Amino acid sequence: MGSAAQARVPVLPEWMRFDMLLGMRLALGISISDMKLFRGNRILGLALPFLAAISFAGQAPSPSQQAATAAATPAQTTPISPAQAGTLNVVVLDPAHGGADYGARGTEGVRESEVVMEFAVQVRRALETQGFQVVQTRLGNEDPTFDERSAVANAQVGAVFVTLHVASTGLPGTARVYVNEDLPVTPEVAGLIPWERAQGPFLSLSRKLGDLVQGQLAQRFKGSPGSVQSAAVRQLRTTAAPAIAVEVSSVTVENRNDLDRMAPGVADAIAKGVAAFKPSYVVAGAAGAKP
Amino acid sequence: MSPKWRTGLIMGLAVAVSAAAIYLPTLRQHVKRTAKLVQQTEEQARRELTQALSPTPTGPRVKTKLFWASGTEGARLTAVTVELPLADDPVLRSKQVLNTLLAGPVDSDLRTLPPDAALLEFYLLPDGTGIADFSEALGTSIPSGIESEQLAVESITRTLEANVPQVQRLKILIHGQEVDTLAGHLDLTGTFVVNTKPASAPAVKPAKAG
Repeated sequence: MGSAAQARVPVLPEWMRFDMLLGMRLALGISISDMKLFRGNRILGLALPFLAAISFAGQAPSPSQQAATAAATPAQTTPISPAQAGTLNVVVLDPAHGGADYGARGTEGVRESEVVMEFAVQVRRALETQGFQVVQTRLGNEDPTFDERSAVANAQVGAVFVTLHVASTGLPGTARVYVNEDLPVTPEVAGLIPWERAQGPFLSLSRKLGDLVQGQLAQRFKGSPGSVQSAAVRQLRTTAAPAIAVEVSSVTVENRNDLDRMAPGVADAIAKGVAAFKPSYVVAGAAGAKP
Repeated sequence: MSPKWRTGLIMGLAVAVSAAAIYLPTLRQHVKRTAKLVQQTEEQARRELTQALSPTPTGPRVKTKLFWASGTEGARLTAVTVELPLADDPVLRSKQVLNTLLAGPVDSDLRTLPPDAALLEFYLLPDGTGIADFSEALGTSIPSGIESEQLAVESITRTLEANVPQVQRLKILIHGQEVDTLAGHLDLTGTFVVNTKPASAPAVKPAKAG
């Protein structure tokens, strides 16, 4: 029965899938991460103009929107008020790796996936002190996929994305900020951006955010670079928001405490960098919320 | 047992023990050699094979720039010039420079690529896209991290840029497959820019004799 019913489901052409997804998003207020359930393939358009229209028209989000967003964002506690809409309010914090993926591992048993969770606690606290709402892509030892992590950020309005990493290399006690490399420009269809290159329109804002955070880190950690660097970081590519990766050196330390001692400085640097970035991120001003 | 037989048996045992004592070190050496051969990974064997199959041109040795890690400046690359008998054919030339890069510098701290990684194949498409197919060790043995993975890819692209102008961009495959990341961070789903200038034939500059 089940298979017979499935066989009757028509296969829609690509452009109709886009329209269906947009229609569902607009009508039901479901989050983009939920929309992933309906993805027939890896191409998912991000309807930035429509999202902006919903979010910045001065209307409070519908109960279904709030519920769906909360479901997609495990750590979100306070909904954004209409007065806050249009400015940067949310920071999506991504402690990298997790689960069976330990990330970088040091000879003394230091694991990147564990260290970044410790860092995330302090970064979250520092950001909340600055008045930001923080959403984490993982709260425990689970390992969401790259797309699932990006989906958490892409479901937010007026958010920035910060992914936390610990390197295997580099001068111990230093920290670097990366933004995505230039992505090939692709023609947009009715304001839709391919999921695979969602970071494209946000690159200049990401660089600005990255420079501000890197500047703060350089003041605290001697030997760190003075400006943001570019790299093809997989996690950033599918994120439709100003997005940076912060990488601390390194898991090769003999004592884990050497890394833990960096956490307050890294947290403070990120929080102050994001706060300095806030005035330059006026989401509502951009037609279609595109930078 | 008669004394004659007993003496014979003891003599026989003594000869056997002496022969074993002489043969034992040879046997031990043989076991060690075999163990070493077993330790040699499949990747290393393949690498040796592919390198042996690469033609070694008898033409003039040319100055070849290889990009290895700079020992003093953290995550920086530094160009080292060596003289190699490079082929004119861009595919063979790419294989030669990448195999030399993989063979690595004498100082292991200057390595950007893991020692057990191997280049399995290199293709060049008509549009200037080079496709480098590496063994799995490139992803599994490299130190995980944005910095280290970025350095590895940059050393490959800059070495190709300096020596094979026909390669405009590079796609990296692992064991013939497209993979999401190199070791959890760097995106391998796209291509990396190698040369922005239009392709032209390589300028072969023979090295000075001596």
